[in-house]
Amino acid sequence: MSEFTIVLDGIAYGMVLFIISVGLTVTMGLMRVVNLAHGSFAMIGGYVAAVAVGAGVPFIAAAFGAALVAGLTGALAEVLVYRPLYRKGELAQALMTFGFTFVVIAALTAIFGTSIKTLPLPEYMSGLVDIGFRMYPAYRLFLIAFGLALALALWLGIDRSLYGARLRTAVDNPRMAGAVGINVNRLFQLTFAGGCALAGLGGVVGSALLPLEPYYALRYLVLFLVVVGVGGVGNFKGSFVAAISLGVIDTVAKYFLPSAAAYLFYGAVLALLLWRPDGLMPARSAQ
Amino acid sequence: MNPERSRATRSPPAEKPHAAGWGHLLPWTAALAFYFLGADFLGLGTNALIMVLFALSLDLVLGYAGIITMGHAAFFGFGAYAAGLCAIHVTNDPVTGLLIATAAAGILGFVTGTLILHTKGVTLMMLTLAIGALVAEVANHLRDYTGGDDGLHGIRMAPLLGAFRFDLWGHTAYLYTLAVLLAWFALAWRIMRSPFGRSLDGIRQNVRRMRAIGTPVWWRMVAVYSLGAAMAGTAGALSAQTTRAVGLTALELLASGTVLMVLILGGTRRLYGAFAGAVVYVVVQDFAAQVDPFRWMFVIGALLMAVVLFLENGLMGIIDFAAARARSLWREQTPR
Repeated sequence: MSEFTIVLDGIAYGMVLFIISVGLTVTMGLMRVVNLAHGSFAMIGGYVAAVAVGAGVPFIAAAFGAALVAGLTGALAEVLVYRPLYRKGELAQALMTFGFTFVVIAALTAIFGTSIKTLPLPEYMSGLVDIGFRMYPAYRLFLIAFGLALALALWLGIDRSLYGARLRTAVDNPRMAGAVGINVNRLFQLTFAGGCALAGLGGVVGSALLPLEPYYALRYLVLFLVVVGVGGVGNFKGSFVAAISLGVIDTVAKYFLPSAAAYLFYGAVLALLLWRPDGLMPARSAQ
Repeated sequence: MNPERSRATRSPPAEKPHAAGWGHLLPWTAALAFYFLGADFLGLGTNALIMVLFALSLDLVLGYAGIITMGHAAFFGFGAYAAGLCAIHVTNDPVTGLLIATAAAGILGFVTGTLILHTKGVTLMMLTLAIGALVAEVANHLRDYTGGDDGLHGIRMAPLLGAFRFDLWGHTAYLYTLAVLLAWFALAWRIMRSPFGRSLDGIRQNVRRMRAIGTPVWWRMVAVYSLGAAMAGTAGALSAQTTRAVGLTALELLASGTVLMVLILGGTRRLYGAFAGAVVYVVVQDFAAQVDPFRWMFVIGALLMAVVLFLENGLMGIIDFAAARARSLWREQTPR
């Protein structure tokens, strides 16, 4: 049954992509900003956690601390970097956020050095677990469980809560939402910070699959953008489906056709985007 | 499209006719003078000229036609590898290699352009990103041909036109690059002032109206995308031929970002903006990269953000402003 574990590996990888990318679908879909800086928040989270764990902080505490740092940086960046962009064109947004990524990379390497950061997993996550018919790494099971829990929480938070209703209103029609008394700016800032915190968390828990290196924010940016684009910009469920499918496609391709895996992955992305230019599940209020 | 958004893509003040005379003479004289005055830095000068050509090619696609591409380095890299492989396996005549690389990059631009240019906005940007990543992956995996991470080495060029050897000091390389740049520039200048160029202006500003008056929008975009790709391919080929090596870095996302920065810094839709941006870029890079490559990233990033926030028309905007001030001062002082 090794095929089954390969698919499980793919799902675990997809969960990491989902955790990191879900915040990007917020900025790109909800706030309508072309955001090329999302990878830097995941990188900030990963670096902070790596340093904290190195200093003896327990893994879980370090992960949540890192998410907090990434979220606060995000809230700050929303004010300083993103707010001047809301009324500008796509090109200005792309350039500004791209520049921000460079600055973050330079700052992180200046503070933490240019070597690859390792983030050792805690003991209870580095072992193998019996899943009935064979042993499977506990870390990957943790990723799958965590991703599923997050997806459920997001679904409840966005589809079933007052906050979610406000957010959906603000996305569908920001002016009308403002008119009925919703503080749209505050709502967006909070959501943006939340998305950045999730990216930071994803950077920590996914560090075994996406290694923390100086060019992290650029190297995996395409991956995160692709998840959002393929899923349908602004659609959480779409991001989930896209992240899992792309994770499985990539992992399966790497196992069976290692030499052609990268072509297959980007080829699949090209084909998907050409077939459905607005993604698998376009948001209801596509522009 | 939201009207507030399209404001940023509105066209700049129309080119003034009298800017043509002096405006043309200055940059080319400076480039030629550099050959005699900056003899110790001809390698740097050649890099600057190549960057000018690369940024110029992006200006056609992004500045005039308004196609936001994040994967323009794919064509530069493709041209570079084509020229390098051509020199190693087929012929090491520089002009033949240049033409082959240009055609190859143009064809790649045509093929990918026909595939992706019916989309727009964020989707189009992601498709260009995906194509850039795909080309980089291909180059990385075809290790036997491209050398993978190690890059392509062992390029030896025959003398230019059978007469001028590529010397150690880069005299031939500099003049060769300058001549190619001049040829492409003249063509780009002519094209952008033709009805075709004007129609691109229209497409950028309002696609719907251009369709309504019967412009074959898609074909025009494919045409300019292929043209820009061919031009970027020439720049890549020049880089391969003059440095005698090609690395995977030519294809990276960073390269696409750098050329964007150079163009935006100089000013889009001006053609000469590419000159201003590239010269500043190459000089700053030479200083900053010697210190530390990551400090260099900080400089690029900060420049990008500063240009977006404070310098919407780039360096050419400053030059325009200074020229206008000087002209008005001159008029005040000379009594009629």
